[in-house]
Amino acid sequence: MSARDNILRRLRAAPQGPLPSPPDVRGVQAALAADRPASTRAERIALFCEKMAFWRGEVVRVTSSDWPQKLRELCIAKGVRSLLYGEQGAHAAMLRTAGIVGLKPYRRPVEEWKAELFGDTDAGFTATRGAIAETGTLIVWPDADEPRLLSLVPPIHFALLDAGRIHDTLSQAIDEQDWRSQMPTNALLISGPSKTADIQVTLAYGAHGPKELVILLLVNEEELP
Amino acid sequence: MSAPALHELQFVPASEFKRRSATAVDDAHLRQSFRGAMDFLIGKRAAQFPDPAALERQRALAEQIRQYSLARLPDLLEQLERTLTDNGVNVHWAENAEDANRIIIDIAQRHATRLMVKGKSMVSEEVELNHALAAVGIEALESDMGEYIVQLDGEKPSHIIMPAIHKTKQQIARLFADKVPGVAYTESVDELIGIGRAVLREKFMSAEIGLSGVNFAVAETGTLCLVENEGNGRMCTTVPDVHIAITGIEKVVEKLEHVPPLFGLLTRSATGQAITTYFNLITGPRRPGEKDGPREMHLVLVDNGRTQAYRDQQLRSTLQCIRCGACMNHCPVYTRIGGHAYGTTYPGPIGEIVSPHMLGLNATHVLPTASTLCGACGEVCPVKIPIPELLVRLRVEGQHDAHPGRPPLRGQGAAKSALVDAVWAGWAALYTRPALYRAFGWLATRFRALTPSQQAGWTFSRTPMKPAARTLHEMMAARRRR
Repeated sequence: MSARDNILRRLRAAPQGPLPSPPDVRGVQAALAADRPASTRAERIALFCEKMAFWRGEVVRVTSSDWPQKLRELCIAKGVRSLLYGEQGAHAAMLRTAGIVGLKPYRRPVEEWKAELFGDTDAGFTATRGAIAETGTLIVWPDADEPRLLSLVPPIHFALLDAGRIHDTLSQAIDEQDWRSQMPTNALLISGPSKTADIQVTLAYGAHGPKELVILLLVNEEELP
Repeated sequence: MSAPALHELQFVPASEFKRRSATAVDDAHLRQSFRGAMDFLIGKRAAQFPDPAALERQRALAEQIRQYSLARLPDLLEQLERTLTDNGVNVHWAENAEDANRIIIDIAQRHATRLMVKGKSMVSEEVELNHALAAVGIEALESDMGEYIVQLDGEKPSHIIMPAIHKTKQQIARLFADKVPGVAYTESVDELIGIGRAVLREKFMSAEIGLSGVNFAVAETGTLCLVENEGNGRMCTTVPDVHIAITGIEKVVEKLEHVPPLFGLLTRSATGQAITTYFNLITGPRRPGEKDGPREMHLVLVDNGRTQAYRDQQLRSTLQCIRCGACMNHCPVYTRIGGHAYGTTYPGPIGEIVSPHMLGLNATHVLPTASTLCGACGEVCPVKIPIPELLVRLRVEGQHDAHPGRPPLRGQGAAKSALVDAVWAGWAALYTRPALYRAFGWLATRFRALTPSQQAGWTFSRTPMKPAARTLHEMMAARRRR
């Protein structure tokens, strides 16, 4: 008998009480939120910004026309010499119009240029699939064009977020975006730069991943500060 | 039913628990570290749950999700195996620590591995994977900052969430200066973390295999979820060519929608964070066209005594655990003796109820007694494990033969002592025979002068016990006569 068979046989041989009814996650969450009115776009934006600031994420409000220039200014201000991005992405063409110095595409499999990626890349740029207001969290789904390490290895991560895609909670994001039928190889929730409190419960940023997370929040003109 | 082979403790035998506790209690630095850290974590958790009624509903939901998942465990494990296999992940089953280590060593040797980088995984600590790898010449490097520090000092974690909580920053500064080549002594936490970052980034690039644990495994999609703040878990599961995940068989849930309620309680209960920096959902290796991610993925499902807890309706609730560590943060015993005194991978209240299944009661029967039964652990448990009840149950199982009709636990009755049995038998005889009881009372009161002045542990900090001059019966009779 294999280990698999033995383990399953022991589990199936165990006495079973009546099967508990399936958990009603949506029902309980709806009940917990019952005393709150449905959130508005402005409230979701405000809550997201407040929570993201708590995680030390930097939120910069931009519009669909000026974000590449804003990104260029941020890169100059932060001394970024090389900005890694996905060249087939929905925003790539726009990004290239800004004249950012040191723009480089993530073009080859990581094995071919690991040392350069780790040693000589100042910042990475990714799109996002949305965000979660309740916790101040970005939803990032890496793909062939914007690979997993783009948001992890460079010391600064710039993320472009459409303010219209901020959901109240993780559960709502999973439902509304229908995750279960299309899970990618890697899906990520990101709440601030990498951190640790492993030395004497003292918080330090930039443990293994980015030391800075900058969110370019795409808003309408009237929502600019 | 074939009992899985007993796993030998390589660390410190649990039988020496009392001696180690005494040493720990005498260590002022250690007590200061734990008291400070636990108070901090207790406060942070409390701030996350301002509304007790809402917390109760969330706990009830989380408990229901875990109980439902466990009730369907064999089906869900088979479903998980199917979906993962469809996603291109190799699924392995291990009955015990030896099985798990052999499976991982086989994979490592197939890839001519010299270095394996590890994300935080308590199950890999439980099976003592690092020892097994070292024995065949493979270096296993811990990459969680706390785990890295602890490994560098040749120790084991003292807390399941904060492994190096027992160390002061001065101790860590000295450790880095001594053990990391080219590093000067610094007490700046930012600099110390920077040193760890630089050392480990080199290792992420050169390691052939990355190993991680699993927080939740989703059966319907074949997704492995990892919770972390540092990003080392993402490194381990993304940079090396091969990713091996290892987990206990109890971690599976049926649906993706079951994850958010558990995840939300896990981080809030553990460190008082509404969410961790990263939540990493992995649903398979690199697909054609993708430029990073592992080319090969494995999941090792470990039993190691979990099926023993599973077969008993009461003990099964042990497996509801989502490993947040809130029970240890709130435990007055853990706070005073620290994680190392327990001698087991999992310390504190959860360790006391899970270790007997992994290691047998013969090695661990003393652990369930390391509790005042104050109930704090059960009160804060986000999935409502009745920890105090399980502690009492395991004390009983340690002292007695199995209840008729129930299969014995491993090490059943290991704490039985002929002396204690004789004392209780004598007590029972006295208290069920009135004549004998009165004779004993008469003798004890008349010869009270013979009571010894040294009474084992009692007189260590108390005055000796001495029978009264007359028995209660005699005093009552005298009062009635008046």
